[in-house]
Amino acid sequence: MAQTLTETAGSLEAMTPVPYAVTAKRQDTYDTWTLELEPQNGAPIVPGPGQFNMLYAFGVGEVPISNAGNFDTDERLVHTIRAVGAVTKALCAAEVGTVIGVRGPFGNTWPIEDAKGKDVVIVAGGIGLPPLRPAIYHVLKNRKDYGRFVLLYGARTPSDMVFLDEVKSWQCNYDVDLDLIVDAGDTDWKGKVGLVTKLIPPAEFDADDARGFIVGPEIMMKFVAQELINRDLPAESIYVSLERTMRCGVGLCGHCQVGPTIVCRDGAVYTWAEVENLLAVKEL
Amino acid sequence: MKTLDAVIAESPVFFGLTQEQLEFIVGCAQNVHFEEGQRIVKAGDSADTFYLIRMGEVALDLDVPNKKPVRIDTVEAGQVVGWSWLIPPYEWKYDVTATELVRAVAFDGACLRGKCDTDTALGYELLSRFALILVGRLQATRFRLLDIYGTDTH
Repeated sequence: MAQTLTETAGSLEAMTPVPYAVTAKRQDTYDTWTLELEPQNGAPIVPGPGQFNMLYAFGVGEVPISNAGNFDTDERLVHTIRAVGAVTKALCAAEVGTVIGVRGPFGNTWPIEDAKGKDVVIVAGGIGLPPLRPAIYHVLKNRKDYGRFVLLYGARTPSDMVFLDEVKSWQCNYDVDLDLIVDAGDTDWKGKVGLVTKLIPPAEFDADDARGFIVGPEIMMKFVAQELINRDLPAESIYVSLERTMRCGVGLCGHCQVGPTIVCRDGAVYTWAEVENLLAVKEL
Repeated sequence: MKTLDAVIAESPVFFGLTQEQLEFIVGCAQNVHFEEGQRIVKAGDSADTFYLIRMGEVALDLDVPNKKPVRIDTVEAGQVVGWSWLIPPYEWKYDVTATELVRAVAFDGACLRGKCDTDTALGYELLSRFALILVGRLQATRFRLLDIYGTDTH
């Protein structure tokens, strides 16, 4: 059972950053880095697949970043971060040895236990792959417990794909139906070109007994969910991870409220049936 | 193994046409194959042919001055590549290259164009069906303009 601090709203533990040192750093794309973190004191926290931590660049600010580590085996925290604002730029600039603050883990997890015995269809867009990586590793490690495993990954260009070598190794080493697609490639690109939704009609899975996990920008998740529904996968069997500006992580501040739900407390993983109508409201 | 008649009759683009219409179209068709890496069409060529991909995949590439060609789309088995045969100036807009071994049906577009001029019922059917292909490509292109991966995620 994954830990979560979300239920400990108001406690000192939930609100106090724990110092973690950057022990490894890798540049994934021109604006995206993956950091590995180890605690300076005490046992590491163990986030479940789909959970997130609040990472604090001291003196700059705090941002929610999904867990990207293999929670079955990793003792270090792994976070993939795109440098888009002051805090994420500071985190991406952190060198090995830099100490940052970590609070978490927060939020719920992908329903990987519920998916046992079923086909699993994972669709990732761009930097949406890392939040799915823990669930992917869990399915791979327990491969016989699941039915068909379809992994569809789309990005703007081949150089925008993260963990690409790792993704290709999954196809070589495990029973995974992998398909890659980019918006635009060059003539060296051997995969498909077009929208990630193009990969769904030919994908082989049993819609009556499958679970779909999607991560990417909301507009991408909307198109993908619709295409999965076109394949007769019920909205209740499609799970997405919402991105909102989580601040406290424990449902107190309301920054991440979407209609009646607080994403850090109730999510960030929801069924498409739960959020489809909410995401159709412009003001939300 | 399916006959050419059956392949054409069952393909989405020709499905439901009358027997007479199908017979004419089959008369304009032949099986072809292309090796991996083989260029099928060059941009600027006369568009007198279009292809129904039966197996494999082709890529649509656009030359960019002083840069490597940009791969803008791929067309997979079951889909049609080529609509320029139906619309003036009947000229291919992109290079088309087989990215793997491709088996396809090639259609004589010039022949079909002539037939469409005299058989307006067939002309209407084909234009309607190829309009769907065009709309599909247009929508896909518009979605890609949205840069759906470009906004921030976790």
